[in-house]
Amino acid sequence: MLKIENLHATVNGREILKGIDLTVNAGEVHAIMGPNGSGKSTLAQVLAGRETYTITDGSIVLDGKDLSGMQPEDRAREGVFLAFQYPVEIPGVGNVYFLKAALNAIRKHRGLDDLDAIDFLAYVREKMKIVEMDESFLNRSVNEGFSGGEKKRNEIFQMMVLDPKLAILDETDSGLDIDALKIVANGVNAMRSPKRAIVVVTHYQRLLDYIVPDHVHVLADGRIVRSGDRSLALELEKKGYSWIEEEIAR
Amino acid sequence: MKTETHSVEDLANREYKYGFVSDIESESVPPGLDENVIRLISKKKNEPEFLLNWRLKAYRHWLTMKEPAWANVHYPPVDYQSIIYYSAPKTHAGPTSLADVDPELLKTYEKLGIPLSERAALAGIAVDAVFDSVSVATTFKDKLKSLGIIFGSFSEAVQEHPELVEKYLGSVVPTTDNFFAALNSAVFTDGSFCYVPKGVRCPMELSTYFRINAAKTGQFERTLIIADAGAHVSYLEGCTAPMRDENQLHAAVVELIAHDDATIKYSTVQNWYPGDKNGKGGIYNFVTKRGKCAGFRSKISWTQVETGSSITWKYPSCILQGDESVGEFYSVALTNNRQQADTGTKMIHIGKNTRSTIVSKGISAGHGQNTYRGAVKVLKGATGARNYSQCDSMLLGDTCGAHTFPYIDVANNTATVEHEASTSKIGEDQIFYFQQRGISKEDAVNMIVNGFCKEVFRELPMEFAVEAQKLLGVSLEGSVG
Repeated sequence: MLKIENLHATVNGREILKGIDLTVNAGEVHAIMGPNGSGKSTLAQVLAGRETYTITDGSIVLDGKDLSGMQPEDRAREGVFLAFQYPVEIPGVGNVYFLKAALNAIRKHRGLDDLDAIDFLAYVREKMKIVEMDESFLNRSVNEGFSGGEKKRNEIFQMMVLDPKLAILDETDSGLDIDALKIVANGVNAMRSPKRAIVVVTHYQRLLDYIVPDHVHVLADGRIVRSGDRSLALELEKKGYSWIEEEIAR
Repeated sequence: MKTETHSVEDLANREYKYGFVSDIESESVPPGLDENVIRLISKKKNEPEFLLNWRLKAYRHWLTMKEPAWANVHYPPVDYQSIIYYSAPKTHAGPTSLADVDPELLKTYEKLGIPLSERAALAGIAVDAVFDSVSVATTFKDKLKSLGIIFGSFSEAVQEHPELVEKYLGSVVPTTDNFFAALNSAVFTDGSFCYVPKGVRCPMELSTYFRINAAKTGQFERTLIIADAGAHVSYLEGCTAPMRDENQLHAAVVELIAHDDATIKYSTVQNWYPGDKNGKGGIYNFVTKRGKCAGFRSKISWTQVETGSSITWKYPSCILQGDESVGEFYSVALTNNRQQADTGTKMIHIGKNTRSTIVSKGISAGHGQNTYRGAVKVLKGATGARNYSQCDSMLLGDTCGAHTFPYIDVANNTATVEHEASTSKIGEDQIFYFQQRGISKEDAVNMIVNGFCKEVFRELPMEFAVEAQKLLGVSLEGSVG
């Protein structure tokens, strides 16, 4: 589904990603772990096409299509979804309006007709239940005045509505209490599908108790330095990141 | 409008001003202004003595006045002696079919969703009947007439209801009010007139059929709207479609009078030519708009969406004379490229328990400069007066500017005056958020800007609100890198 080869990326001329190779098959959940500043969030943003980063080498191929030259909205329409670490507030733009515009832009790209207001609401209500969101939320502005937990739930809710091929979750667990974490994890688990690849970027192992990954990769200084199964995450939790860093240095 | 057939011809010929008849076709006046020109205008329009004298008085006062320089706008001096104040219709030199019209203009019509039938008229195509509005217009007119509502061109009102014109003309904006109002009073050629009699509620938005006609408003337009006791009227001015216009300077005057318990709602969506990217061309819109809430519990509400002038200088205001009268001002002003806007309102509280609301949304993009200038004045006798003002500015990019000059002057200590202001910027992170959800950059800006203007759009008549939203999008095109 997703094939990243020799990906190099810079911000303001400084190289952050120094040659990433990663293959995520449909149906799989991969966790990207690593210490602060290792390039985890950069990788998530580069996949989504953020303009502040420049790809200097390598390729990102999703379902046979090279994303690296595409505008962010085109990548989204191709099926890339990024659940943001810090979802931005958009005053004055209602959630329903925003989500309907997003869904219909993606549907259009897939050759589908726009959903009308009634079908859209029915579709959205069904997804809201899974992340236990109150309907009053639909009439509020996007993320405006949301608590940290509400913002993260909103990201997962949007992901469910937009039904991506590739879902990237950037530190979705940060700032969540245990109840909210469970709700978010339930949402992600409900999205596991043989037609979808999921990449979970996280600093802590905790989230992986609820979203159990098929593969775990450790990122350090812009490279994947170690890959393994879930036990790698548990080992990291016990030994800390310094263990890996020391091992690389050796 | 003399006859309905004329109105269609008018549309086809931009320089043809309604109220004129064909026997003046060969006449023209050289550029420049003196008393003879004014006498000629008045004579051609067959005006009563009082109106000529009124014009002359205005002209003589105008000669003693200086063009105002206090507004936060910059433009080369206007040569008032090079303007043709009276022009007879010329042979039409415009396009003859849609194929000859600038494709950019057509694209804009398309984006705005202007009905096909109206596009040709707006583009100034000379055809006999480009749209079928004559019969519609007649039906509307009959209906209004049966209710006792007088609605038509200013020239027509001068002929048919001179007593109303004499009574109200200049009663809100005196000839001596300001430089542009004085000039307008001296030389105005036409405009609209509306009188709604006691207790009558006008059953339609005035302009539903007027929309196209509004496209050929003159350079010096004069509008007078009177709502008698208990009357109710909503008037719509302008058009979302860009209009071909040869006149650079527009100096209109609008006067509204609301008697006891009367309500006047005046909405404007103006999209004249804003000039090119470097600010060349474009309309100077120097307008005086003022309403008088003369009666007890009367109400005047201004809503404006200003996107299309090179320079906007206008302050639709309310004189709240009647006790418990209400004034409202809702405004969206957008400046892109080199556009400049200095706009706002004056709320003058005279009567007891008068209330006013001001909501102003300024959007600046490109090198646009947007100024809100507002005055809230509470006079001594205005016991219990209340005002609430909200001025929000939004910036797109870092080469534009937003300025706010609120003046508050309170002479009665029972008054309550509130002022809120904010400035925001569309962030790169916000746009990326939209894009990541599949929404293009332009649509993202559109959605954010429309969200920002929601409170004002809510005040517009439904159909207009939808067009106004699209208009903002079109006006902002190219403003995000």
